Amino acid sequence: MNPNHSPGTLEGEASAEPERGRSPWHDAWLRLRKNRLAVFSAYALVLVALACLAGPWFSPYGYEETHLDLGATAPGLHHWLGTDVLGRDLLVRILYGGRISLAVGLSATVVALTIGVIYGAVAGFAGGLLDAAMMRIVDILYSLPFTLFVILLMVFFGRNIILLFVAIGAVEWLTMARIVRGQVMSVKRMEFVAAARVLGFGRRRILFRHILPNLLGPVIVYTTLTVPSVMLIEAFLSFLGLGVQPPMSSWGVLIKDGAEKMEEFSWLLIFPGTVFSLTLFSLNFLGDGLRDALDVRSSKD
Amino acid sequence: MLRFITLRLLQSLLALYIIITATFFMLRFVPGGPFTAEKAVPKEILRNLEAHYGLNKPLHQQYFDYLGRLLHGNLGPSFKYSNRSVNEILADKLPVSIELGLWSLAVALLLGLTLGIVAALRRNTWADYAASTVGMIGLSVPTFVIGPLCVLAFAIHLGWFSASGWYVAADRVLPSLVLGLAYAAPISRLTRGGMLEVLNQDYIRTARAKGASELRVVFRHALRGGLLPVVAYLGPAIAGILTGSFVIETIFQIPGLGREFVTSAFNRDYTLVLGTVILYAALIMALNLLADVVQAWMNPKVRLE
Repeated sequence: MNPNHSPGTLEGEASAEPERGRSPWHDAWLRLRKNRLAVFSAYALVLVALACLAGPWFSPYGYEETHLDLGATAPGLHHWLGTDVLGRDLLVRILYGGRISLAVGLSATVVALTIGVIYGAVAGFAGGLLDAAMMRIVDILYSLPFTLFVILLMVFFGRNIILLFVAIGAVEWLTMARIVRGQVMSVKRMEFVAAARVLGFGRRRILFRHILPNLLGPVIVYTTLTVPSVMLIEAFLSFLGLGVQPPMSSWGVLIKDGAEKMEEFSWLLIFPGTVFSLTLFSLNFLGDGLRDALDVRSSKD
Repeated sequence: MLRFITLRLLQSLLALYIIITATFFMLRFVPGGPFTAEKAVPKEILRNLEAHYGLNKPLHQQYFDYLGRLLHGNLGPSFKYSNRSVNEILADKLPVSIELGLWSLAVALLLGLTLGIVAALRRNTWADYAASTVGMIGLSVPTFVIGPLCVLAFAIHLGWFSASGWYVAADRVLPSLVLGLAYAAPISRLTRGGMLEVLNQDYIRTARAKGASELRVVFRHALRGGLLPVVAYLGPAIAGILTGSFVIETIFQIPGLGREFVTSAFNRDYTLVLGTVILYAALIMALNLLADVVQAWMNPKVRLE
């Protein structure tokens, strides 16, 4: 059971002191806090995000600052993570690249979230023929080889970063739409919705005040899980040379560069790869933890 | 059952037609063409080239010509590789990708199922935690990080395999392991979940009560139900393995279809891009359909419309 469905919500709204009982959100928070891996992941993510945002200001090296005489140096006192073949400080480049990777991850997720939630909510709430037609479309889109289209788009229409957001977001909204629709379908049959209807509330009020808030749990969980998969696509494209273009950089680009030079300068691959993997690891663990805490049943597509 | 298959087949054909049309027109509306090179080609030659490939005809004419040839299984000539047809190129590259895909699938299934079953049977023991950690690593460390790291460790430092190429049997090991590992992760998670659900059911208790051995309970009774989520996932997984091979083929320099696709897109080789898209789409849809049918066959409760 989703905690939000519990009658506590209704009583909470009705009673004068809603904070007396523990709200389902509070319960979920307590459960999440007990999950050490999830808490650790959350801290790790905050740390990575802060480092990427603020870190470059504290570094004595610029991100495009080359020292050709230096060449690629192994990690040491001056350059903690070493330098690349142009003598650029790897740590600063990882932090800058992280800004792009995280930004792409978040923005494309917002695109996916917006389309998916609206589409899913409309289909689920309307039901009947409209729902059947809308979900058929999603089914057909699901079976398309989207990776091919994203690759084609990126090759043909210049590798522009806005297009990257849109292309990735357009692929990722399908799962979100399915989840939201399923959730709407089950929530709208619940007693409190029937009660609201009996009380004479309009459709709009029921949708926005009673149904949408109950979608929050699954939406939060799948948003957390969408971010890593979006970042993965971005890095995949960058690895093929189709994503973020120089002079901009992202973790995918750094991994690609590192992989090309790993025979002599293995740190160029190992550090970006580790940071990227750790971030994905944390996002996945946090998503899993949230799923357990909010008690969202895993959807089998 | 027959009705279901027919319906799904029709739906797939419709989707395939949409894909072909969308790709065809998208290719024509993008800037640049197959003959735009750094070195400008003289006008007359360009005109001859276009006439040779039928590019001077009106667009709708080209479109219907293409569809007509396609119905005969002819994907047309390649624009970049002169004197080679797309059919020849695909016939050349596809077996390599399929071989890589099959080995990877074998790795993914073997590893994923084993880990998942063990984790479900030994729930909340170290074996379970180890399996879920392996699963998380597989989910979070992308193939383009594991791949180069494996090359670094096993090919360059230890010298067990060659770093790239696709010549001898040993060349198959690293790419298949890396690609398979990525898909072993979700498979093991799904197997664990499915098995846990099934192992709690009455008929398993009945089987145990009747004195069936643990092995018999697992393999004869539990697996059939427990693997349903895995079978449902196999369609998307195979699609992923096929497209995932883009990166693997790039890392290990394998002459497969994935690498060819990216190259052909850069070359604006219209017919080759289109042919590859059609082939991939058809393959993926056929496999999805197959996964659905197998799923229905394994579980009579899965209702087929």
